[in-house]
Amino acid sequence: MSELPGDLTYTKEHEWLRQEEDGSITIGITDHAQTALGDLVYVELPEVGQEVENGGEMAVVESVKAASDVYAPIGGTVTQVNDALADDPEMINADPYGDGWIVRLQPSGDAGETMDPDAYQAFIYALDE
Amino acid sequence: MGSQTPLYGCHVEAGARIVDFGGWDMPLHYGSQLEEHHAVRKHAGVFDVSHMTVVDLSGAGAKEFLRRLLANDVAKLKEQGKALYSCMLNTDGGVIDDLITYYLAPDRYRMIVNAATRNKDLAWINEQAAAHAVDVAERPELAMIAVQGPNARSLAAAVIGDQWREAALALQPFYALEAGDLFIARTGYTGEDGWEIVMPVAQAAGFWRQCLDAGIKPCGLGARDTLRLEAGMNLYGADMDESISPLEAGLGWTIAWDPQDRDFIGRGPLTEMRANPDRRRFSGLLLESKGVLRNHQRVVVEGKDDGEITSGGFSPTLERSIAMARIPAGEYKHAQVEVRNRLLDVRVVSMPFVRNGKIRIDL
Repeated sequence: MSELPGDLTYTKEHEWLRQEEDGSITIGITDHAQTALGDLVYVELPEVGQEVENGGEMAVVESVKAASDVYAPIGGTVTQVNDALADDPEMINADPYGDGWIVRLQPSGDAGETMDPDAYQAFIYALDE
Repeated sequence: MGSQTPLYGCHVEAGARIVDFGGWDMPLHYGSQLEEHHAVRKHAGVFDVSHMTVVDLSGAGAKEFLRRLLANDVAKLKEQGKALYSCMLNTDGGVIDDLITYYLAPDRYRMIVNAATRNKDLAWINEQAAAHAVDVAERPELAMIAVQGPNARSLAAAVIGDQWREAALALQPFYALEAGDLFIARTGYTGEDGWEIVMPVAQAAGFWRQCLDAGIKPCGLGARDTLRLEAGMNLYGADMDESISPLEAGLGWTIAWDPQDRDFIGRGPLTEMRANPDRRRFSGLLLESKGVLRNHQRVVVEGKDDGEITSGGFSPTLERSIAMARIPAGEYKHAQVEVRNRLLDVRVVSMPFVRNGKIRIDL
């Protein structure tokens, strides 16, 4: 298991959030999630400008094995999507916390519950047992 | 924890992600399913298929028994080692299992059946065998390894003893050879050339390691599934089951209707279905856009009943999504599939999608 980046927060849906300096939030899926999914082959992204609710479906990542929804961990407006994933979905496998980011939101609504790296690490250990 | 094949330790050692498959702890992949898939199409891959069930049939009544048991006709098998793919049907014409039968001698055949269907297959075979002079013997002491890909035979030949190498390399497609402890068949489930090799459990780990040393890539069930889907090969439990006849699973070609007086199990109901022009077709689908088709998605055909995807997924060779589907009768080239409440255009295409490394449909 690789080290979890310390500057991110995490959700029970195995997504990560990064607070950007401009107030926006970048969202992706965790290394644990990409490992469980296997090789990714398709990512369905939202439209820029789309409003999303906290907990609502925001994107879909599909692997060789299964489709998995990506839920908005906070309400807001989509300001940017990672278009490079359309041709290169396996970037999520290769670099889930970097080039494999999925969506950037300008938050406006409620935030869901998130965990710090230690709490998320404990959460995934508990799942594996 | 499920049953483990003699190669379980090798899989864990190679970093496999283990999943349950029909009660067996099997490798899904060893890191990247896509890389394993491409290795088989372009080079060589090795699969542990020891979970599959080997059943040997012997006795003066073996041939007549199999002519009754199977929808295909073992009387076609005239040369030693020749293999025959067939469905084993219930009395309603539904598929109990699909299997390969090898003709070893006039009173001796070997059948290889699926893992997940083992118990019901053995119960059915033994029940039907009671009326025949045939001995049915499962061979759990045997392991099975498949080497598949354009370079698989030439690389795996080094692993086979000097005594048998030449004969093994001379095997024609769909023939097998009893080579001492080994049983080598030029068959597979990937659409590529290769061998399936049955051997004593005690030899399996050594054989496996020598294959890896020879440069053959270990491949899991994930790649096995995408390879067989591209090759247009059915998966029992997904594409057909006991409620589906071979006629609606694209397996009509495996039914031997002649001679007409051969009374195989399921023949009556199958004959009626054959006369029905409205029976569903089994066909390939190619997704026109990006996205991934999945099992059980609804196929919408204008002016007709709905169809259903029986096996869908991403084709690594085509870099598009493909599927097998049971769809309404009739001639049409276009349909739609419901994917998460949206209708996506698909083209109805004939299978296989890929064979021997070559794409066989227009993209």
